[in-house]
Amino acid sequence: MSVLVDKSTRLIVQGLTGKEGTFHAKQCAEYGTQVVGGVTPGKGGTTHEGWPVFNTVQEAVEKTGANATVIFVPPPGGGEAIMEAADAGIALIVCITEGIPAMDMIKAWAYMQGKGSRLIGPNCPGVISPGKCKIGIMPGRIHKEGSVGIVSRSGTLTYEAVHQLTQRGIGQSTAIGIGGDPIIGTTHIDAMKLFNDDPDTEAVIMIGEIGGSAEETAAAWVKANMKKPVVGFIAGQTAPEGRRMGHAGAIIAGGKGTAEEKMKVMTDAGIHVVVSPAEMGEAVARAIGK
Amino acid sequence: MKIHEFQAKDILRKYGVAVPRGEVASTRDEAVSVARMLFEQGATGAVVKAQIHAGGRGKGGGVKIAKTVEQVGELAAQILGMNLVTHQTGPEGRIVRQLLVEETLPIERELYLGIVLDRAISKLVFMASKSGGMEIEEVAAKDPAAILKEVIDPGVGLTGFQARRLAFNLGMRGEQVKQAVPFMIALAKANQEMDCSLMEINPFITTTDGRVFALDAKVTFDDNALFRHPDVRELRDIHEEDPLEVEASKYNLNYIKLDGTVGCMVNGAGLAMATMDIIKYAGGMPANFLDVGGGANAEQITHAFEILLSDHAVKAVLINIFGGILRVDTLAKGVVEAARKTNIQLPIVLRLEGTNVEEGRKILAESGLNFIVAQTMKDAAEKVVAAAAGIQ
Repeated sequence: MSVLVDKSTRLIVQGLTGKEGTFHAKQCAEYGTQVVGGVTPGKGGTTHEGWPVFNTVQEAVEKTGANATVIFVPPPGGGEAIMEAADAGIALIVCITEGIPAMDMIKAWAYMQGKGSRLIGPNCPGVISPGKCKIGIMPGRIHKEGSVGIVSRSGTLTYEAVHQLTQRGIGQSTAIGIGGDPIIGTTHIDAMKLFNDDPDTEAVIMIGEIGGSAEETAAAWVKANMKKPVVGFIAGQTAPEGRRMGHAGAIIAGGKGTAEEKMKVMTDAGIHVVVSPAEMGEAVARAIGK
Repeated sequence: MKIHEFQAKDILRKYGVAVPRGEVASTRDEAVSVARMLFEQGATGAVVKAQIHAGGRGKGGGVKIAKTVEQVGELAAQILGMNLVTHQTGPEGRIVRQLLVEETLPIERELYLGIVLDRAISKLVFMASKSGGMEIEEVAAKDPAAILKEVIDPGVGLTGFQARRLAFNLGMRGEQVKQAVPFMIALAKANQEMDCSLMEINPFITTTDGRVFALDAKVTFDDNALFRHPDVRELRDIHEEDPLEVEASKYNLNYIKLDGTVGCMVNGAGLAMATMDIIKYAGGMPANFLDVGGGANAEQITHAFEILLSDHAVKAVLINIFGGILRVDTLAKGVVEAARKTNIQLPIVLRLEGTNVEEGRKILAESGLNFIVAQTMKDAAEKVVAAAAGIQ
């Protein structure tokens, strides 16, 4: 089993006809994901790489029975694309787009409430359940089917964790890149809840970053509820205060959101925190006795 | 993106937020003519404020009060061109190139107003406190209950009753409340319409004659929203930024200069931070944060190289790439091209993984250049730290 996605997931691509949309739709389909169509306003009625293109998400859902969408539209339209998907009742919305204005995300997030959709991202690599379904831009071939869940704000650092596991022969149940922006849909704590309830996930790697307090909140939840071993790493131990380290969310403000503080809270919650990012795979192996 | 106090006040003034009368000056003569105008309009004093993108200007000697036009001239001569050091500039300080010359006001109380994003609820929060002049983080640490908060509804904006509640709870009376309410609503409107990522009025003052003003104003813009504010983009002052960071931003590279000797080039912000961390763990210090992003091309890699190498503290370079969108062969081509073009003499440690990694490794091996290839992040960090130490 896995969380969020599996072989029954039917995916549409918002921004299918763009360069990124086209490339990654093909990659997802090659991995085995059921890509059923795309949305590009104005190109409805055409086909692209063999997929039907629709003008609206609503129409795409009606015609294809899609239950998931991946968004590749440029940043100025990113917030709109999320709202359109939520309005069409799509259960899982994965937004890859990087650089959506915070004000647009505030609106989109408020709009989504009560509509029953789950958002992953924005500014994220997406979600993958190895051997079943890949929705996003991660390199599929580094993954291996298995039982370790991964949740991370960072794309390439997630790949690094996956790679370390696969090299040791340890597979992954699902890897969720939740995104590096200040406003994201699914958070660390949401992902931990999903993994805790998934019978086929036996351990979790939680990768955090400086800034905000999402890791602390998740750690408190882990301490009280988590039944499985958790390995943690926080990126940005050497980051200076007040500077935005690439991700809009990764900034230490007023001494808050430091790696040191997060690592302490996580350790107190019983999470196996590693200081070196090279030790994530090894720590998982120890935790599950492999 | 940060802007100067005078630019922030110009924007707020357009939204109807009360700010003291004043104008920017970049020479002594200009400062004198602004002062003359202020005194003619009835000001009883003038304050001369250094315009740099950092707080703590007063303590550093960059804010002075004058009683006459002549004094303004003297102060302007003194402050313009000075190297102002504050707790936010770092020891190197900033050269003062502009001044804001403003009327002084009869201050009764100094309060605080601010608008920030509360990430836990994904909404903007309007904050107020009676402790004006203090940094809000300090207030939060000492007495969190002293910070009044109103959550801004994304569809509605700050409401009248919320602004009234803040004003009354700040201890304001009759006429002051009537002025503070539209002040706060205008502030929230400006924040939302201009896509600000931070807005702070500290201090927000009441005067003995019953008025309210933004005595200082700090406004930061969401870089991601600058596409819809071309006028705001014009306000960028590159003198306030590190020259290498300005250069990097031209090529959409995310570069931040740090103090160490190991230059790093990484794709993805999280992996870039983790690479800095592992360099430190291996006993070295990173010279920079550099995220080449997901879609970097050979040209960008060449520029990234040039930027890394123009920091003379760099003794060795670590390239750590996990290719997802960015294909490893593309990167390898860029690295070889850049190494040839810049005639690099420093040791370069490469750790490459991901899409098209075999082709990438082949390109490097066939280049005839002397790269140090590492297998894992740990291996890479140890090799680059050793290489950097060997050069020193």
